[in-house]
Amino acid sequence: MNAVAQYNFAYLDEQTKRMIRRAILKAIAIPGYQVPFSSREMPMPYGWGTGGVQVTASIIGPQDVLKVIDQGADDTTNAVSIRAFFAKVAQVETTTHTADATIIQTRHRIPEKPLGRGQILVYQVPIPEPLRFLEPRETETRKMHALEEYGLMHVKLYEDIARHGRIATTYAYPVKVEGRYVMDPSPTPKFDNPKMHMSEALQLFGAGREHRIYAVPPHTEVVSLDFEDHPFEIQHFEEPCALCGAEQVYLDEVILDDRGGHMYVCSDTDNCEERREAGHVGVLGTPQEAAE
Amino acid sequence: MTEPLLRVENLTKYYGSRLGCADVNFELWPGEVLAIVGESGSGKTTLLNSLSATLEPSSGRTLYRMRDEQWRNIYELSEAERRFLVRTDWGFVHQNPADGLRMTVSAGANVGERLMAVGDRNYGHIRETALDWLGRVEIAADRVDDQPRSFSGGMRQRLQIARNLVTGPRLVFMDEPTGGLDVSVQARLLDLLRGLVGELGLAAIVVTHDLAVARLLSHRMMVMKDGRVIEAGLTDRVLDDPREPYTQLLVSSILQV
Repeated sequence: MNAVAQYNFAYLDEQTKRMIRRAILKAIAIPGYQVPFSSREMPMPYGWGTGGVQVTASIIGPQDVLKVIDQGADDTTNAVSIRAFFAKVAQVETTTHTADATIIQTRHRIPEKPLGRGQILVYQVPIPEPLRFLEPRETETRKMHALEEYGLMHVKLYEDIARHGRIATTYAYPVKVEGRYVMDPSPTPKFDNPKMHMSEALQLFGAGREHRIYAVPPHTEVVSLDFEDHPFEIQHFEEPCALCGAEQVYLDEVILDDRGGHMYVCSDTDNCEERREAGHVGVLGTPQEAAE
Repeated sequence: MTEPLLRVENLTKYYGSRLGCADVNFELWPGEVLAIVGESGSGKTTLLNSLSATLEPSSGRTLYRMRDEQWRNIYELSEAERRFLVRTDWGFVHQNPADGLRMTVSAGANVGERLMAVGDRNYGHIRETALDWLGRVEIAADRVDDQPRSFSGGMRQRLQIARNLVTGPRLVFMDEPTGGLDVSVQARLLDLLRGLVGELGLAAIVVTHDLAVARLLSHRMMVMKDGRVIEAGLTDRVLDDPREPYTQLLVSSILQV
């Protein structure tokens, strides 16, 4: 007999998981609607993905394969520690390959590789309310959602154009889900917004500190808000990834020295590695054979 | 013969056992400006807030002729209908412009907000309309991208008026629109308001304790005391020939220079 106390599967107790699953089901039934749930204390500080972790903990099963990314990378602190957390408390298999994962928990990016049927993308959300900085009263924003009063969202975009000549919002760019609820896609770059539209994967959003869960079911319309004469655009990059030469992907700028030297590399590390393994080389990259 | 725009029947508002206003009856006609005067605590603001559906009265009805000519009791509208009415067909000019404006977004966005709220999604059109309205309330076009907190009190008040009138409302409520402004700015604002009201054919209900404002702006006035309307009539008649002792007292206490 094993006398050592074990964590319950996936850390949370069963009643909590049921409660969160009920919230998730409601969120899926009303795409884009923020469902309140009773967020638990997690063994990590708020802002580190407590919402995402609770969602993942409630949906994960022993057969699942988990991938965790932070700003697109599999190897940063947040990603490594959450992956290790679930490897310990749920004994699940983990991976860094997008295609192999059944559940991908993410902070601030959607993987470059299109997600397929059966995959679930779990977002960590700091501020679920898209209207928050325009209207500080929660009672009022709830009413605005209920009555579909979204003119204020355009006031923000108007301000952008008046001040910068274009819509300068680059992340947490508001979207309308299935023609009804305006939703904050969490602080993903607007580059990723088109990937949410009609995605084959289920997308779940968890905000731990704010006690909200919302969802975009597969094959759901997700439209970025814009003006007729200032349509929505994603970011464009001048040069390809310096390591793998990829274009049409989201790049991070990396400072190389104190004389203005810099390079652009893929934000999605898994995508970059796979491309290099396949033989793609950027201007600063070394061919894989030579590196070994 | 046109019909009235607003019909108020036995409107009464109690705060617990304390009386706010009682048994108010009147009709307001399109294009007509009605002033409600009285001293502090006489129930003017309670009445205005009840009329504008900000407060729910204890009893009585306020009927409004909607754009589709249907008479509706405004307290029986659904919340969605009421909020839509408030931001399209009505306007509310607060005494303190900060209550009616968004202080952290530009003047242009303040004017454009109502347009965006009713579904205008063309930036060029919204901006053009905002500039046109800023011109009409005598705010220079180069201030369109400035936030109202950089504006003077008089400019803020004029901006608030533009923000309210942009959707072409038929009825505007004003709570002490010139309160807190100095005399020359007041005069200019009154001039502007009088011009706009005449030009647009607005109906307005103006609450004021300043009889001069009532004289300049309004066609008719109601004098309130202790929550009740004690005298009503044409403005010139009430001010030149007050019947009630209290009205006579009010009129005689105007400071003469």
